[in-house]
This record gives sequence, structure tokens and C-alpha cells, in this order.
Amino acid sequence: MIDTLIDITLLAFLTITAIAIIKMRDLFVVIMLFSIFSLHSAGLFVVMDAADVAFTEAAVGAGISTVLMLATLALTKDHNEKRPAHHARIPMLVVLITGGALVYGTYDIPSFGDPHSPAQEHVKPYYIEHSIEDTGVPNTVTAVLASYRGYDTLGEVTVIFTAGIGVMLLIGGRIKRKHKQEDDS
Amino acid sequence: MKHNLILRFIAKYFFPVIALFALYVQFHGDYGPGGGFQAGVILSVAFIFYALVFGMKTTEQVLPFGVLRILASTGVLIYAGTGVVTMLMGGNFLDYDTLSLHPLQGQHIGIIVIELGVGITVSAVMLMIFYAFANRENHD
Amino acid sequence: MIDIIIGHYNYWIVILLMMAGFYTVINRGNLIKKIAGLNIFQTSVFLLYISIGYVEGGTTPIIADGFTIYSNPLPHVLILTAIVVGVSTTALGLALVVRIKEAYGTIEEDEIHDQDMSL
Repeated sequence: MIDTLIDITLLAFLTITAIAIIKMRDLFVVIMLFSIFSLHSAGLFVVMDAADVAFTEAAVGAGISTVLMLATLALTKDHNEKRPAHHARIPMLVVLITGGALVYGTYDIPSFGDPHSPAQEHVKPYYIEHSIEDTGVPNTVTAVLASYRGYDTLGEVTVIFTAGIGVMLLIGGRIKRKHKQEDDS
Repeated sequence: MKHNLILRFIAKYFFPVIALFALYVQFHGDYGPGGGFQAGVILSVAFIFYALVFGMKTTEQVLPFGVLRILASTGVLIYAGTGVVTMLMGGNFLDYDTLSLHPLQGQHIGIIVIELGVGITVSAVMLMIFYAFANRENHD
Repeated sequence: MIDIIIGHYNYWIVILLMMAGFYTVINRGNLIKKIAGLNIFQTSVFLLYISIGYVEGGTTPIIADGFTIYSNPLPHVLILTAIVVGVSTTALGLALVVRIKEAYGTIEEDEIHDQDMSL
């Protein structure tokens, strides 16, 4: 009962924050609201028993993403968004049609928390029963991430590395303070 | 922000606490929530906090940019290198059973080594991106 | 009818959040706001995935004595990878915004379009 109450409260906060982000025109406020959205969704992950995911979302969303957006706002010194020049009719229509199609699709999804849904029946019992005897690690998420699906994690680390190289190519030129200056284009 | 005594004090004395917590999360990822990604992000946040209070020049004296470049590549190399080592020992790519005499011991060693590689790369890349954004003002 | 609502309200609110993020991306012209909307969309998709893996009466998938029902660890692994890939994409997008500002002098989409058309 308390779980459901916390669930509904956090979802209500998330909805209010999302609508405020659409309406606000001061970009500094938008970035702060985005950080609050990220933290609330990390709380929702904890309520849904996903501790690793909550940890990562709080650190990455409310930490790194907010810092990078504030740094971008400091570099592009423009704090206010322009009032939109065209009507919102066509985007609203597209959004309503897409939302309606998705809600129609959820009638087939099993109920929230059902222990016999197809997602819980096929691969999950194997991982939960055999992870201690195959890898000796109690945290099933680490066992799946590092051992059963280790190849995907290698691809993920490569993606992060490539993003770092991409940012260096775009804005990583040498600074003026040193006597040597390189062209960054 | 250097002139604010409270911020200076907290940045100086919280930096080792945050770094210690990052190391705890990294190496206890087997027994509780945690792992390489979370630890890498927390360690980079410690350095970003220091840089916000004391300025980029001091932070670049502590951790120069060339070191970050080398660290980022080293993490990926450790990860892929573990896979090549397991191939040389006779198993498949990233088959940790071959890393030691007992398969369970080998799995444990393999998981700790690759999480270390992931943590090193993630912290170095997040700091590299922050340095690039923070130094752009002084650019030509 | 009432048990359909009780079993599915989570998914419907998450779809509402997804559509809020989607609306921000396609309607607003400011580039930083578009990237914020894209991140809201991504986070709502993660919420949808983790809701599918939730088991009522279960606990976090860390094997310990005294617990028998655990949540599904597979969506957690997928979403961990997706969060980190999402922050990489955001960092690259923001770097592009900085370069666009230096090249065009503005980050409003219709002003950039006008400058391109008048070349």
C-alpha cells in the first residue's frame, strides 16, 4: 500500500516537472527542472527494485548531464528561448496519434508486477538459479553484465570512448594560454 | 569561487571522501549495487567539483590532460586485453574460466579486471569531455 | 475495467511522459531545449522497461539468504547500457550546439534555417 502511494506521488511529480519543462522559457530553469526529473526517476527506479539502475541514473542524469548542459549554457550566452512562431496544431496532432497508438498497444501487456508474465518465464530462472554456481558473484546484474553478456559491455565501453574522441574533435583544440597553438578544424 | 571559505574547505576535505566512495563502489560491485560505470562517474564528479571551486588552471596541474588521454585508452585496452589473454590460454574470447586453475576463481578474476577497465575509461572520458567544455572560452 | 486500470496506470503515465518529451523535440525551436526533451523521452523509455521487469513481492536481484522471489535482472542490464550510451549522445549533441553557436551566432532553429536559405 505504501509502495503504491510512493509510486503515484513520484509519477505525479514527474508529470508536473515534464509539463513545466515544456512551458518555461528561461533555459536555466529548464536545466534545473531536468535535473529534478532525473532524480525523481532515480527514486522511481528504487521503488521498482532496480538498485543498480537507480545508482547509475542518479549519478549520470543528475550529475554529468546537468553539468554539461550548464557548461553549454555558459558558452552560448543566450538564456531565453524565443516564443514559438508557428501554431502547435500539427505537432499536437502527431503527439496525440502516437500516444493513442501506444496506449492501444498496452492493452496486451500483462499487468504491472505479474510474476507469470512471459518476461519472467524464459531466461530469468536460468540466470537466477545458476549465477552463483557459474560465476560465484551474488549480484546477478553484475554477473549478467560482466560474464554472461560481456561482449555487449565491451561494445558499450567502445561507445563511450568514441564519444570522448568525438567531443575532442569538435571542441578540443589547444587553448591560447600556451605559446604553441594548433588549428582545430 | 576561490574566495568563499566554506566552499574551499568542503572541496578540499570532501575530495578524498568522494574518491574513497568511488573505489568502494567499484570493488564491491560483486556483493551489492555498483560496478564500473557508477564508480567511474562518481570519481569524475569529485574532480569536477574540485575544478568548479578552484579553477581549471589548478586542476590541470593536478591532473594534466595528457594523462587523461592515456588513461582513457588504457581502460579499453585492459578490457579487450583480457579477452585476448583468455584466447591465448586456450578458451574462447572473454571466456574467464581459463584464467586460473579453478573456473570459479577465474570468473572472479575476470570480472574484477574488466570492471576496473570500465571504471578507468568512464572516469577519464567524462573528465575529458568536461575539460573540453571548460576550456572552450579561452579558445581562439 | 477497474483492474485493467490498476494493472496498467503505470504504463499510461509513462507514455504520457514520453509524449511530453516528444512534443518538446518537435515543437520548440531552441536547440538546448530539444536536447532536454530528447533526454526526457529516453528516461521515460527506461521507466517503461523497468516496469516490465518488476515482480510484486520480489526484491532487488542480489542473491541473499531468506529471499526467494527476485526482480528480473535482464532489463536492468539493458537499461544500464542504454543510460551510458544516452549520456554519450547528449555530450556529443551539446558539443555540436556549441559549434553551431560559434558558426551561426544563434541557437534558434528558424534563425539558422533563414541564414542557410539566404546564402
